[in-house]
Amino acid sequence: MLKGIKKGALTRSLWVYHVAASPCNNCDIEILDLLTPRFDVERFGILLTGSPRHADLLLVTGMVNKKVLDRVLRVYAETPKPCVVAAFGSCAISGDLFVDSYNFAGPLDKHIPVDVYIGGCPPKPEAMILGVVRAIEKVKKLKDL
Amino acid sequence: MNLSAGWIIFYLLVFPGFLFTTVVGLVYVWVDRKVTARVQFRVGPPFLQPFFDFFKLLGKDTFVPEGAPRSIFFGAPILGLASVSILSTVLLVSNFFPSQAFGGDLIVVLYLFAFIPIILIMGASASSNPISALGGSREMTLYLAYELPLLFALATIIVKSGGQLKIGDLLNWQWANRPFLYSVSGAFAFVSAFLCIQAKMGFVPFDIAEAETEIMGGIVIEHSGPVLGVLKLTKAMLYFVVSIFLTIFFWGGFRMPVKGEWWHIFGWLKPIAILVLMVLIKNTNPRLRVDQALRFFWSIVLALSVIGFILAAVARSAQTPILWL
Repeated sequence: MLKGIKKGALTRSLWVYHVAASPCNNCDIEILDLLTPRFDVERFGILLTGSPRHADLLLVTGMVNKKVLDRVLRVYAETPKPCVVAAFGSCAISGDLFVDSYNFAGPLDKHIPVDVYIGGCPPKPEAMILGVVRAIEKVKKLKDL
Repeated sequence: MNLSAGWIIFYLLVFPGFLFTTVVGLVYVWVDRKVTARVQFRVGPPFLQPFFDFFKLLGKDTFVPEGAPRSIFFGAPILGLASVSILSTVLLVSNFFPSQAFGGDLIVVLYLFAFIPIILIMGASASSNPISALGGSREMTLYLAYELPLLFALATIIVKSGGQLKIGDLLNWQWANRPFLYSVSGAFAFVSAFLCIQAKMGFVPFDIAEAETEIMGGIVIEHSGPVLGVLKLTKAMLYFVVSIFLTIFFWGGFRMPVKGEWWHIFGWLKPIAILVLMVLIKNTNPRLRVDQALRFFWSIVLALSVIGFILAAVARSAQTPILWL
């Protein structure tokens, strides 16, 4: 029963930390749409936090370049488990138009386990909410809880 | 006063201490978030949201930062929780059973109130993070800023009631005469105490120590999992405690000014009204810099509380104490 309470509480209160891994800033602006009156994800307990120590969901935006890779790995290590990772936007998923760049360190899931993919350049708010729903489903399936 | 040990433990742990304050405090956090959401034309979180947050944090990992002294890092939140529990017990026992309170409990309340920023500063400096040390130093400056006006505001009501140092006696005086809020000096004292409490809670415009958008949570930046949960719970209980603090000292406690026992149920709405007022101020103001806050408290707020104090002294020194002044 204790596990049930833990899991239920985690699915109803996902706190998001936004990892900017060299994005073009477009995804970052779109994330804030979710907090506006029109979409208001606080209805589902989702909050943006300022520190990875408080986070349950890491939203990684941007093409992960060689310079920022260390920081992404470090933020992932700093996040208390259980946590889920979302690759946000085409860049984090595949590199998009930076795929041939000398500085491109490979798609995000090459470096850290990614649970949710949210596509788009930038993703629409509807796509982000779908991603959040998938993240919650993922949390429900987590075994180490 | 003659209480058995069993009753004291019951008071401290169940009602009106730890357990009761936890539940009501989390409900007050929901009120804060819901009112904030409605001000911003959003829907806001469900009723149980603060409970979900708390239980979620209990189930997460905790990291102790490198170079952090474990005893203080883990000890500070627990001390804070304990002091808030005692605070709410002392305040509410004096409110419900004025005869069971002990002499000078007002002084105890003031000390415990001063203890909470100290706990936060300890926790912040124990986490070996420069940003949280910055938050801690801001918290200390802010504490120095608001402590003096708060003491003057309380001195005002003590003078006005003719030197009562027991919370129960202060309440009896208010029930016998009129709540301090409904007099000129009391209103001055209430306004300055209200602003001090706003700063103590770290609400905007005085959220300088936490400043989410500037120093990323400041004092709590390195805390995770259960440690963060206990800190958040302490804050939640403080929501309730500061509301009843203002209600008891300035607004005549939970009693309503009408005859009949059942009307007093509505007295529970008084602290909620104070909380909503605080939340509305929080939502309609920008954040001050720490030097601006210091200047604000040491000039305007201090002046307000000193004026209240002088008026109370004048009202008291008249042949028959003037109640409305």
